[in-house]
Amino acid sequence: MFFDHLVLGATGEFLNTGDILATLVIFILLMLLLKKFAWGPLMGVMQQREDLIASEIETAENSRQESQKLLEEQRSLLKEARTQAQEIVETAKKQGEVSRQDIIATARTEASRMKDSAVQEIANEREKAVAAVREEVVALSMLAASKVLNKEISEEDNRQLINETIAKAGDIQ
Amino acid sequence: MEHGAPMREFLGMSFNLSNIMMLLVAALIVFLIAFISTRNLKLKPTGMQNFMEWVMDFVKGLIKSNMDWRDGGRFHVLGITLIMFIFVSNMLGLPFAIVVNGDLWWKSPTADPTVTMTLAATVIILSHYYGIRLKGLGQYSAGYLKPMPFLFPLKIIEEFANTLTLGLRLYGNIYAGEILLTLLAGLASASAFGFVAAILPMMAWQGFSIFIGAIQAFIFVMLTMVYLSHKVADDH
Repeated sequence: MFFDHLVLGATGEFLNTGDILATLVIFILLMLLLKKFAWGPLMGVMQQREDLIASEIETAENSRQESQKLLEEQRSLLKEARTQAQEIVETAKKQGEVSRQDIIATARTEASRMKDSAVQEIANEREKAVAAVREEVVALSMLAASKVLNKEISEEDNRQLINETIAKAGDIQ
Repeated sequence: MEHGAPMREFLGMSFNLSNIMMLLVAALIVFLIAFISTRNLKLKPTGMQNFMEWVMDFVKGLIKSNMDWRDGGRFHVLGITLIMFIFVSNMLGLPFAIVVNGDLWWKSPTADPTVTMTLAATVIILSHYYGIRLKGLGQYSAGYLKPMPFLFPLKIIEEFANTLTLGLRLYGNIYAGEILLTLLAGLASASAFGFVAAILPMMAWQGFSIFIGAIQAFIFVMLTMVYLSHKVADDH
């Protein structure tokens, strides 16, 4: 063969047809066996991983959008709640103002009413006291007069007269 | 230095038993490595699975740099098997050579031109086969007239040159490596002084041969994909 002088351990053969055949058979057999037992499963796993990663990325994207949506929703809810709270505070303030006015007005009327009744009371008492004093004065005057005159005068007869005198004295005073 | 080969005649064909044994050993080693490392595959790869996946991605990258994956995906298995097989074959002859009764038994199978030329011819024939199958006979034939019709003779020569260089490059590199290793081994076994003198160059050359073996396996697969893409891809 034309490669003869190149081979480690040269032979006189024209062509190593047997070697060629063996090389082919062994290599092709190895390739088929590896495809069945090694490369096939390995490629399957790598493909599976590729799919898994793709689907994971998709899922992540989806959940990101989902959470974005939720966030938006929460934000608008919060805004709404805030406005509502504002409104409530406002209303309460207004309400408070109204009831304050109310209470003040009520208190004022109550106070004036009480003052009036107190004044009335005082006047009455004074009236009563004056009447009592007057009575007393009449009785004392009569006693004094009777003692001065030393003479019994009819209480009934003179009462009218004395009362008039005292009234006149009060007026002059 | 001059070793014989254990030749046997069988069914009118001559077999170099050393070649056959070494091819089987290489095939067995490749198969075992691949088989064991792809047991209990996981989505989260560990250990050897990582390594095998790296090899797959490496070959995938080689194919993708030459042609569209749509066309080239079918050559993935071929590429991985080739690169593993050639690399292991290149490594086999490095640690030792075994000579029995003057016949060389243990060597790299790729240190024999018959083996490498067979692989090269297989690749080139495959490229023609896929060229015709994927692009049709018309387009395939038209490829010989591109870019200029007068280049047709060169195109024909190119096919043979491709085959020859693809096979002989691999063979030459490995064969040369083994020749030098044999020489150094001869020096080491000659005398005590020779042994001491041979240690350093032996280590250097073995390290270099590992590098050469890996590079040659890579180049073989790379060129395989280049030749396939010339015939298969549309944009070349």
